This record gives sequence, C-alpha cells and structure tokens, in this order.
Amino acid sequence: MNPQLEINIIASIVSVACALPGVFLILKKMAMMSDAISHSILPGIVLAFFITNNLNSPLLIFGASLMGLFTVFLVESLNKSGRIKEDASIGVVFPLLFAIGIILITQFAGNVHLDTDAVLLGELAFAPFDRIFINGADFGPVAVYVMSLILLINLLFILLFFKELKITTFDAGLATALGFSPWIIHYSLMASVSITAVGAFNFVGVVLVVAYMIIPGLCANLITDRLALILILSAVYGVICSILGVQLAFFLAGSISGSITTVLGMAFLITYIFSPEKGILASYGRKKRLKVEFALDTLLIHLNNHMKSPERIKESGVPHLKNHLGWNEKFAKKILERGIKKDLFSIEGGIINLSKNGIGKAQERLSAIGINSLSEEERHD
Amino acid sequence: MDIMQILHDLIFDYTLRNVAIGAGLLGMISGMIGVFALIRRQSLIGDTVSHAALPGIVIAYMLTSQKNPFILLIGAAIAGYAGILAVMNIVRNTRIKYDSALGMVLSVSFGFGLLLLTHIQKNPRASQAGLDKFLFGQAAAMMEGDILTMLLFGGAALFLLFLFWKEFFMLSFNREYGESLGFPMRFLDFTLTLIIVIGVVIGLQTVGVVLMSAMLVAPAASAAQWTDKLRTQVFLAGFFGGLAGLSGAMMSSAAPKIPTGPVIVIFISVILLFSFLFSFKKGILSTSIKNLKNKTKIEMDTLISNLYELECSHGGRKCSHSYSVLNILMKNSKNLKFTLRKSIQKQLILQDEWGEYKLTENGVRKALSIGTKGDRI
Repeated sequence: MNPQLEINIIASIVSVACALPGVFLILKKMAMMSDAISHSILPGIVLAFFITNNLNSPLLIFGASLMGLFTVFLVESLNKSGRIKEDASIGVVFPLLFAIGIILITQFAGNVHLDTDAVLLGELAFAPFDRIFINGADFGPVAVYVMSLILLINLLFILLFFKELKITTFDAGLATALGFSPWIIHYSLMASVSITAVGAFNFVGVVLVVAYMIIPGLCANLITDRLALILILSAVYGVICSILGVQLAFFLAGSISGSITTVLGMAFLITYIFSPEKGILASYGRKKRLKVEFALDTLLIHLNNHMKSPERIKESGVPHLKNHLGWNEKFAKKILERGIKKDLFSIEGGIINLSKNGIGKAQERLSAIGINSLSEEERHD
Repeated sequence: MDIMQILHDLIFDYTLRNVAIGAGLLGMISGMIGVFALIRRQSLIGDTVSHAALPGIVIAYMLTSQKNPFILLIGAAIAGYAGILAVMNIVRNTRIKYDSALGMVLSVSFGFGLLLLTHIQKNPRASQAGLDKFLFGQAAAMMEGDILTMLLFGGAALFLLFLFWKEFFMLSFNREYGESLGFPMRFLDFTLTLIIVIGVVIGLQTVGVVLMSAMLVAPAASAAQWTDKLRTQVFLAGFFGGLAGLSGAMMSSAAPKIPTGPVIVIFISVILLFSFLFSFKKGILSTSIKNLKNKTKIEMDTLISNLYELECSHGGRKCSHSYSVLNILMKNSKNLKFTLRKSIQKQLILQDEWGEYKLTENGVRKALSIGTKGDRI
C-alpha cells in the first residue's frame, strides 16, 4: 500500500473515532471539554512515556487517559466549590496541566521522540513510517491498529449504552429517577474522550483532535435532530473531510492536520448556509415567508374590521395602507399581488374588496387569536 | 544564579530588563482586562481569540513580508475579532451552543493558520523558528519594539476600558437597565469584546497561543477570591498578572531551555491556588475555620441545653453526668470532646473530681438565655 492511501485510511479512522464521542460532548454543551482534555493529557503522556518509552503502548494510553479524567474531575470540583464559574475553571485547569507537560518535555524528554509542536500539530505524514513487522512481514502502520481498536471501543460503548447515553445526555434528572447513574455514564464518556484524545494526538495533533470531536457533530446536528442519524452523519462528514483534506494538503504542500481542519471548517460553512432546515438560507427564507404571511393576515383583518364601518371606502383604499399599516409602496404592492393571486380580495378603482374566501380567512385568523369578529347583532341572529 | 545576581541583571542586563518589563506589563494588562471576560462568563473567549489570531499573523506576514510586531499584532487582532464575531453570528442564527461555536472557530482558524504557515514555507513540518514563538511564547526574544507595540495596544485598550467604565459596568451586570436608559449597549458590547481581543493578542508572543487563556482568566479568578468590588478586582488582577509575568519571565531566562509561557502559567496558577486557600473572606482556610466555629457554637448550645434539661428531669438536683451519657445525648457527635473542652474553657461546664460534667452558674444562665425550658431549683 502506498503511504498516501495509508494516510487517508488513518485520518478516516481517527475522524470517526473522535466524532462519535464528540457528538455527545456537543449535546451535553461540553464541547470545550474536548479542548481541555486533549491539552491536559500532555503531562500524563509525558510521564507515561518515561515509563513505557513507546507512544503507542496500551499502558501509556491508559495512564495518560487517567489524566483526562483527572481534568474533568478537577474542573467539576472547582465548579462545585462555587469559587469560580464553569467556563473559568476550564480556562485555568487545562493551561496549567498543559504548561506542566511542556516543561516536563523541555526539561527531561530532551531528544526523544516527543517534541512540543508535534504534540500540537501532529505529524500525520510520518504515521505510515511507524509499522508493525511480524517475522519480517509488513503488517501496516501501527496507527491503523491503535486507532481501529479505539474506534471499536467507542463504537461498542455507544452501541451498548445508547439508551443510557441518550437519557443522561438529554435529561440527567430523568436518568437518575429511572435508576441509571448519570455519574457513571458521564465519566465513561469522558474516559472514552480521553482515550481517543491520547491515542490520536500522536498521529494528528491536539488541534485536529478537537476539530474532529466538534465539527462533524455540529454539521450533523445542523441537518437532523435524530441522535442515531447524527452519529452516522458525523462519521460520514469526518471521513469525507479527512480524504479531501489529505488531498488538499498534498496539493498545497502544507500541514495535513491544518488542511483537514480547514476542510472541516469549509464543510461546516457550507452546511451552516445550505442545510435544508436549519441553515441560514432556509431560516432567512422562512423569516421572509412568515413576514409576508403575517402582513397578509394583518391586511385581511384590517379590511374585515372596516367592512361595515362608514369609513370603509377610506380605510380600504390602496394609498391608505401606507399610513395605517406603515408599509412602503413596494412592500404593499407585493402583498396586494400575493393576496389577489390567492383570491383573497380584488381591487376596483383603488378600493380593496374582500372576497368570500378572504372574509373566511380573516375570521379564521381572528378566532385563532381568540377574537370573535362577529358583531353583537350578528351573534343574536 | 542567586537572587542578587538576578536583581542585578534585572537592572543592568538589557535583554533581561526587556523581558521582565514586557512580561510584567503583559500580565498586568491582560489580567485587568480579564476581569470583564470572567464576569461576563466569557472566560474561554481568550482561548478562541488566541487560536483565531494565528491565520491573521500569517496573512499579515504574507501581505507585508516583514516581521514587524506592530503589523503582526494588527493582523492578529483583526483575525481574533473576526473569530469572535463568527462565534456570535453562529450562536445567534442557529441552535448551536456558545461553547461548541467557540471550539469550532478555535480549531478551524488555528488549523487554517497552520496550513497557511506550512504552505508559505513549502514544508509539511513548519520551520520551527517562526512558529515556536507563537505557540508557546518566547520572552527571551522580546525587543524594545515588541514592548512599545504592547504598550501602545494595551494602553489604548485600558484607556477605553476606564473611559467607558460606567457603561461597561452596566453592560456586565445589568444590560437591560442600560438599554432602558438609552445607552448603545450593542456598540458597547462590541467595544468591550474588542478590548478583550486586544488583551489576548498582545500576549501571544510572550505566552503563546495555547496558554494565553490562562493569562486572561487566572489573575481575574484570583482577584475575585479577595474582593467583590469591581474596581479593586481589576487592580488586584493587574497586580497578580504582573507579578506572575515578571517572575515567570525572570525564571525562564535563568533557565533558557524552558519556554516562557508555561512558567508564567505555573506562577499564575500558584497565585490562584494561594487565593483559593488563603483569601480572607472566601478562602478554603477561612471558610473552614468559620464553619468549624459555627459548628462548635451550635454544638455547645445544644450540649448546654441538653445538660440543663437533663438536670431538670432529675428533679433539679445539681448532679453530674458521665461522658457516655453526654455522648448519647449528642448522638455520637465526633466533635463532642472538642466542644466539651471549649465549654470548660468558657466556664459554662465544669468537670468534677470523678470526671463527670455539670453546668456552672454561667452555664445555667446561658441555657436559659438560649431559650431552654424547664425549672431548676
């Protein structure tokens, strides 16, 4: 297999492994926790590295993940102490742990395979060089095995505890009442995030880990509200963006992590604008449509109110709309055209006459807001 | 290097003086500004702004092809501000939560900056020289021009902060009130955000992208432990930040291998921890002492009241009672011994020659004063 294909495969596996727990982080409004965890595992990684001397050893991944859990615990204890607010406790905890990690590296790690910007930026281009050989036979890059295993763990966790995760994510109170322990599920999720971050940082760097955890989930969340679908879509987003990102990186001769993150950002932008229901185009169109509908209803009710009054001629005149409803000519024209097209009224000699259809609709609208438009006498008839 | 040597160098060594002044100033300015970020629950803004600044720095460099700190800082500020505007826009237009938007903008802009940087260097691994400085900060490289730029931007930001002090105060605590008075709250919001952005970007060179958020949050969080008054908090945060910056820069220049950012962050974290523990009003130490005092007082009252009722039920005879009886009365309280000792000290209870306890006259008065019922002859 050529290295470029392998890089594509590794990036795709990492993206799915990160995106799955990331979805729950987003839904729990804890997206920045992914940033905090993926930075603060650094001292854990360094300390474990001193012991194992191998960045891919399971012992290192396990040990460093404990540091992730410790971060969560520290942040939550600080919150509970009431001394600082939640966002502030994240903002002080992870820089401290990360700073300790950096100092450990610069002081003790010297020339070993651990340097500070590799931690942040990752070196996906080098991942295929670290391979597994058994009896001299090449079994492919280590990264594929490590990340596939982590992906499998995350997948199993989510499949087995889907119901529990769902309930604790959306309604922790209900989960407690039903006898689940939100605490255990919460910390298991955090453990899954930590393990993924520790496993992936070596290949893609902290920045891409954060991007993979947050962005595919956000995009999927802009498209659908169904949890299962969000999970599947986020995986699809992750894989597609990874593959496109790797191509872009080769094309620009730039950092792979940087380019995948950029593609993820573009994917978000496109989804943000064009998503069929929640995109800004759709919501802009919806707002506009609602505005027209509302204006039309207002006009119908206005006409209906003055149908029998002596000032009918004056009140129903086209020029009157500007004074009474505050519409400019262009808008008034648009609304009138829409109304005529819908056969709600007709215009004769500058006077708007409600059609039968229009009267019916006006009264329907009025009763919808609880006003009976029939006058006293009519009611007695 | 001993302390005298460091102090000597601080005054006479050009580089160290620059570094110390620069880092101290930075800590002071961003600490003061950070108070507002903390109050407005925008602590994590610092993290997003600092990451979002990277593409701005690179683009400014690409456009001008010079490393003039003034130009780079303008690029950083524009990009950082754009990042925050993007976050606000996303939150306003969709149901995406604030922190998700922060994380998204943070990672995308940093990744994009990285891509640009590596692209202009035509090398998949960024050439360390330019990048390291902004990732983890390098105070040792600080020149007079850097300090002047920092002073210019930081001074302008602080000037704005104090000029619109009353308005920002209102914005942070009661926005609706300000709106009802007719103040342009939206404009003020944008201005305060800009000030916070400046507070972040001036530190990028010294502390680095990743750790800058701590410089914004930690001094303010420390100051908040000591006082509730905004003005005092701002000055205290400035002092803490300045202290951490100064000591961090000095220590990191004493040991050249350590990047400055992490050392400063550790110093400011130590200040925060100290504040958590020892602040007069809210510190863990003082609140535990207060809790213990309250607990002892309540237990002493309960003890005396119980003892009085016990004496009444024994026909009002002034008899003593053993420790085990008291223990049952007090439901096996763990602090009973301590409470007893305190009560004896205060001469409310006395221990007779058989080691049993009874109320003194003072104790009886105390029992009646806290409303214990019963007649005792």
